[in-house]
Amino acid sequence: MAEPAAHAAESFAGCRARAARTVLDQVVLPGEELLLPEQEDGEGPGGAGERPLRLNAGARPRVRVVCGPGLRRCGDRLLVTKCGRLRHKEAGGGGGSGVYWVDSQQKRYVPVKGDHVIGIVTAKSGDIFKVDVGGSEPASLSYLAFEGATKRNRPNVQIGDLIYGQFVVANKDMEPEMVCIDSCGRANGMGVIGQDGLLFKVTLGLVRKLLAPNCEILQEVGKLYPLEIVFGMNGRIWVKAKTIQQTLILANVLEACEHMTADQRKQIFSRLAES
Amino acid sequence: MRGEPRGGARRRTGLRMAAERKTKLSKNLLRMKFMQRGLDSETKKQLEEEEKKIISEEHWYLDLPELKEKESFIIEEQSFLLCEDLLYGRMSFRGFNPEVEKLMLQMNAKNKAEEVEDETVELDVSDEEMARRYETLVGTIGKKFAKKRDRANYEEDENGDIKPIKAKKMFLKPQD
Repeated sequence: MAEPAAHAAESFAGCRARAARTVLDQVVLPGEELLLPEQEDGEGPGGAGERPLRLNAGARPRVRVVCGPGLRRCGDRLLVTKCGRLRHKEAGGGGGSGVYWVDSQQKRYVPVKGDHVIGIVTAKSGDIFKVDVGGSEPASLSYLAFEGATKRNRPNVQIGDLIYGQFVVANKDMEPEMVCIDSCGRANGMGVIGQDGLLFKVTLGLVRKLLAPNCEILQEVGKLYPLEIVFGMNGRIWVKAKTIQQTLILANVLEACEHMTADQRKQIFSRLAES
Repeated sequence: MRGEPRGGARRRTGLRMAAERKTKLSKNLLRMKFMQRGLDSETKKQLEEEEKKIISEEHWYLDLPELKEKESFIIEEQSFLLCEDLLYGRMSFRGFNPEVEKLMLQMNAKNKAEEVEDETVELDVSDEEMARRYETLVGTIGKKFAKKRDRANYEEDENGDIKPIKAKKMFLKPQD
């Protein structure tokens, strides 16, 4: 799979690889090649003239760069695999020039190791549950991967239950595997999500937007009613409030706020607060 | 008359055959440990060489081009968790589910763990208070460890505190 991508990049964007630094927060397309700051000198078409001469021109400094979702490493090159805006974050702990990723808009979920998702139990077979997480394949979940579960003491999980869990195995060649405990064996909020409530699907981008620290929407929503909410990185959101009416209002507000401006949101929340 | 030379010839051929047989000991036999003693150095060397040849011929290796191991400075990571500092996915507001609310604080505070830690190290009892408290205990505990004979030396003062009376032992000059 890497081969065709590499060839496509060569024929399509090989001669006009852009420096990652210059296209930050701009739209990038699949197949495009990006140049990291360390590769710019000499190779980059625009970079050669502007940059000051370096003493160690021959030896390339070894700075570690993390390429996040939407980017792929191909040998020494960095290729774009998703359409969206290129984002960058400086490295926190020093050393390394940070993280690059593509902020894309998509609805289809691809399991990623470490993601917290909401799944629906679809089958019980022997010692594993099959959980639908919205990926191409149902994930497997061992009955031992719950807090306090032993061979004798099975967790009470029925078909149709909602599970909040974490991926431990997720790659393109294997069946994804979920667990409902962390590395210390504690649940930490994972496991079967309680009764009632409403589950609905939104785009993956909206979930990330809502989960971002200092998200205004969530702070406003929290002021409306007493409520409980669970976000899965697979685009599923589960809400529960005191009454069905409130639950429905919340679900509609959350769904709608994806394409609203800050002013429009303010209006809606003030109107809801009055009623 | 005729029989004699024939017999001699027969014996001679017999000897020759024995000599031939001697040289025709199989290599495998010669390689055996108990045969090593009688071997002369030349055959020994020959055998060793042959053995080496066999080993090197049988030694097999992967017919692959040399791997060019390049240390890459780009790391792939497909999770958004690392890129965006996302909050923990379970939330509860206005006391709907107190358990989750507690958990939420705990999980979301992980990023700011270092700042929080300094605050939590706040002392329950100040050092001065501690010292004042233990000041009064010196006597009580001292009494516990004192011998019965010395216990009389501890006496209670007007506050009810027990303090040791230090009977200073001095050198008494003997009278003459």
